[in-house]
Amino acid sequence: MIEVRFFATLRQGRGKVAEIDAEEISTAGELLRRFDIPAEEVSILLINGFHSKPEDPVKDGDVVSLFPPVGGG
Amino acid sequence: MSNAYYEKIGRINLSTGEIKTEPLDLEIAKKFIGGRGLGTKILYDEGVATVDPLSPDNKLVYITGPMTGSNSPSSGRYMVVTKSPLTGMIACANSGGIWGAKLKFAGWDALIVEGVAPEWCYLYIEDDKIEILDASEYLGVLSEELDDKLKEKHGADCSVLNIGPAGEKQVLLSCVMNDKDRAAGRSGTGAVMGSKKLKAIVVKASRKQLDVIADVDALKEANKNCLKIMTDNPLTGAGLRALGTASLVNVINGIGALPTKNWQESYCPTADKFSGETLAEKYLVKPGACFHCPIACGRIIKHDDKIVGGPEYEPLWAYGSDCGNDDLWAIDEANRLCNEYGLDAIGVPCTIAAAMELYQNGCIKEEECDGVPLEWGSSKAIIEWTRRMGDPQSPLAKLMSSGSVRLCEAYGHPEFSMSVKKQEIPAYDARAIQGIGINYATANCGAAHVRGYMIAPEVLGIPAQLDRTVIDEKAGWAKTFQDLTAVIDSMGTCLFTSFALGAPEYASLLNAATGTNYTPEELLEVGERIFNIERMFNKAAGMKPEDDRLPKRLLQEPVSNGPSKGMVSKLPEMLPQYYEARGWVNAFPTDETLKKLGLDECVGK
Repeated sequence: MIEVRFFATLRQGRGKVAEIDAEEISTAGELLRRFDIPAEEVSILLINGFHSKPEDPVKDGDVVSLFPPVGGG
Repeated sequence: MSNAYYEKIGRINLSTGEIKTEPLDLEIAKKFIGGRGLGTKILYDEGVATVDPLSPDNKLVYITGPMTGSNSPSSGRYMVVTKSPLTGMIACANSGGIWGAKLKFAGWDALIVEGVAPEWCYLYIEDDKIEILDASEYLGVLSEELDDKLKEKHGADCSVLNIGPAGEKQVLLSCVMNDKDRAAGRSGTGAVMGSKKLKAIVVKASRKQLDVIADVDALKEANKNCLKIMTDNPLTGAGLRALGTASLVNVINGIGALPTKNWQESYCPTADKFSGETLAEKYLVKPGACFHCPIACGRIIKHDDKIVGGPEYEPLWAYGSDCGNDDLWAIDEANRLCNEYGLDAIGVPCTIAAAMELYQNGCIKEEECDGVPLEWGSSKAIIEWTRRMGDPQSPLAKLMSSGSVRLCEAYGHPEFSMSVKKQEIPAYDARAIQGIGINYATANCGAAHVRGYMIAPEVLGIPAQLDRTVIDEKAGWAKTFQDLTAVIDSMGTCLFTSFALGAPEYASLLNAATGTNYTPEELLEVGERIFNIERMFNKAAGMKPEDDRLPKRLLQEPVSNGPSKGMVSKLPEMLPQYYEARGWVNAFPTDETLKKLGLDECVGK
């Protein structure tokens, strides 16, 4: 399974966490489409805590974290 | 010709009661802009670097920038510039609210306060008039209550800056508060006010806007352009308004850079409990904005039966994971106490975290804790010890209120103090984010995140996404960020505008307001000049090359958990590159560098 964590406004209608079968998808971009999230709404995409791009592969056991534009100081 | 300055500085000698109006030197203003830059230049020239920070010889400069009070976006900043009693070096604490704009509307670019009052006093400013009034009845009054009392006396249209009980007691972690929940937070500026027996400064102004802009039409155009860029930018246009800076809790934890239990760990599994998302869900009433700010990053929250200013990212982290805590109500309460007592909401919780590590290791004994043991995760401990540090009575409270360096040295474990230049490090682990470590190590005010916010490129992807784990080109990036930040601070503009704006936009604003003709490159050189004169202030104050450092834990103890497990800071590799980029040798500018920057007054010093 792949664990997907949603943050800030991306939680609306999706909750905080979801799981998805790793055999159903191969990239982070496919995962975004599965949850109906336009790529441009994702400002920070982490795979296992490291910045990644939609074309990057995901595999069983990965944790994917999705953030809209957030920041501060 | 108008130039966005009122060309007037008020000098108040509290020892003699003498109040003078001095002209602003426009040549100097052009070289240092205002705010942070001009304030440091004034103190450098007046020889403040070598004085005892809590003696009558120290001076407090309350200073605006040329943009302060203008119609430009997020232009309400003022700064308290002085020699810090915490670090022994330059302090420039920056705050928003409306106080700075009101000071400018009253017709003052800056106030210089010197000496020490014979009895507790406060300043009352109404346009041209400055009076020294008796403050004896306000001693011990908490900050918010004092704001109310002074407004009752002088009218609701005034703005109040004050120190709480912590500043009165010369607590080294005390700050200057204004407009109830805004703070010039760091480096112990409240203690300097306390040492001068100055409890508050009340400002009332007849003007409602600046009437000294050089080119009104050009500024209107520049404002329009900048506002559009900021509104179109997803972060300054919507993101910060929605969740505030608190939105960072989950981001920084997500990459494994959220220091936990005094930096023994860097990932907190329960961080969502004190995140911006949870704060918004449970307590947020509405976003709060400073003067003329479209961003509105502030949090107005419901706390029990009160509506108060809520915590920023920094105290959420510092009272949260850094103290092993995830009780959001308790963090709100401790943060509220910081505002009421006038305490640095970074330095205080970080020192509590250091005390908790001393307690964990048996150095601080339970019998020293007066019934509130310093146990990780104790809500009672973060609340009660904050209160005690705000009005310290017991030996341990007195020691803790002087910051983590003095505390940890007293217990024989200086390595537990997570600080640089005696100031506690903010909320980003420099083992997991390499570039921010350069900024922590070299910021002239001691450890700070807002002197060159490398989190923007290394984590948030602004203006480009850098790899946080490598050191490539980080030295050059850090220098550029530091120089641009010095410009923004000196203009009186909020640093958060830089999530959307760059040097060309700042040049357009400044040129229109002041009548200068800076290119973006020239403006960055002004920022470099400011950063260098701060460094020369520190050199005169006794700074040594080894003060540009990071705690041993960040260099030698790899991150113990989470996504960044195994990483350490590579500061020793980056620092020589940084010095080379700056034209510095052994942490200080060469005479050649000083000459190049037009700092002839510092050559040979």
